[in-house]
Amino acid sequence: MDYLALYVTLKLALVTTLVLMVLAAPVAYLLAYARFPGKSLVEALIYLPMALPPTVIGFYLIIVMGPRGWAGRVWEAATGGSLLFTFLGITIASVVYSVPFAVQPMKAAFQKIDRRLLENAYILGLSKRAAFLRVIIPNSVAGIAAAAVLVFLHSIGAFGVLLMVGGSIPGETKVASIAIYEAVEMMNYEAAGLIALSFIPISYAFLLLINRLNARTGA
Amino acid sequence: MTLSASFRKRLKYFDLEISFACRAGKMLVMIGPSGGGKTTVIRMLAGLTMPDAGRVVFGDEVWFDSARNIHLKPQKRRLGYVFQDYSLFPHLNLFDNAAFAAESKKEVHDLFELFKISHLKKRKPHMVSGGERQRCAICQALARHPRLLLLDEPFSALDVVTRRGLREELKILKGRLSCPVIYVTHDIHEALFLADEILPVVDGKIDRGWMQRTITREPGEGISARGAREPRLSLVY
Repeated sequence: MDYLALYVTLKLALVTTLVLMVLAAPVAYLLAYARFPGKSLVEALIYLPMALPPTVIGFYLIIVMGPRGWAGRVWEAATGGSLLFTFLGITIASVVYSVPFAVQPMKAAFQKIDRRLLENAYILGLSKRAAFLRVIIPNSVAGIAAAAVLVFLHSIGAFGVLLMVGGSIPGETKVASIAIYEAVEMMNYEAAGLIALSFIPISYAFLLLINRLNARTGA
Repeated sequence: MTLSASFRKRLKYFDLEISFACRAGKMLVMIGPSGGGKTTVIRMLAGLTMPDAGRVVFGDEVWFDSARNIHLKPQKRRLGYVFQDYSLFPHLNLFDNAAFAAESKKEVHDLFELFKISHLKKRKPHMVSGGERQRCAICQALARHPRLLLLDEPFSALDVVTRRGLREELKILKGRLSCPVIYVTHDIHEALFLADEILPVVDGKIDRGWMQRTITREPGEGISARGAREPRLSLVY
């Protein structure tokens, strides 16, 4: 069994989840509470990765992160290295790919909070930022956890976008879904089956967790 | 310190236009039928709703002045606001709720003693009764040393017996407060029992005849007798 691919998959899913929990929370807050011109356009743009084929996302990421893309050039100037075919590269790809799955449940959880709780926090002297940290976040724990589980599951299932951005470098960018694909290509059904089987209990356990979290939030 | 306020705001069914003042240590009860604009007035005092025009002055501090484009945020007004319900934070126990913006924890303990909820400190809001939640909400508001206390129908979701008990506790507390208190209700008994001054608000305007008309139309014995016996009662217009 390709333990290394499983390890890269879980590491990638974990890092993606952690990064998105931090990045998506303020975005979800703005979408839930702020009013600004063009909000629906911004929101649709954030959810776009959900509606695009992964290869399309991968294609544009190659353009942006490649040696001639702006992100690729900045990274190369700063570090001398490349973003493509690295763990960092597939992490960025995985984050972009899973953004909607973090933002959407968090936004829903934030919107469920009674507006009067926030008003009371302001009355009690809390700034909007402090109210976010001390009132919104603690009262959205179940929604945030559901977002984390969704992102984690979505990340371990990523394939096309990662293959395009990262290729298949063992221990670096070769994730389990790519390992399964390659094993099948080589007619090695036993190896593919073992990795595939290992996904089922993980995904099943996480889905049960989501159901419990949804039951708690009444979603 | 005296609070004086005048507001104008266009609402869905009528234009709200109202002016009043309240001195420190006094309780001004705003009464009137539901949907008459009382809560909007309270929210404008708190800075949660923006008036179309008007002015709010507390002592010599201007909280709101549409002409000079002054709007002090709710955070800066340092007031206490007890909502009808839902003002406690569900993730905190009663003590942490009351101590949320408190100046001293010891004071919160004292307030819990005063309101007889010391034994419930560790309970979450959903684990106590509505009356106990509202007691805690009052502690939360008072622990911040508010310069103005706003109570928006704080007991309206409670049963009659609990309500009567809390009303009496509030009356005792009122004697110890040194800030202006604005109390919103649609209950005439409550108004007559608690008020130093009564401000009847109907469809966004002060309606001097409302109390009289309502009492005459529905002559609850207690109401007329109590009103007649209440020497401190003065209607402000």
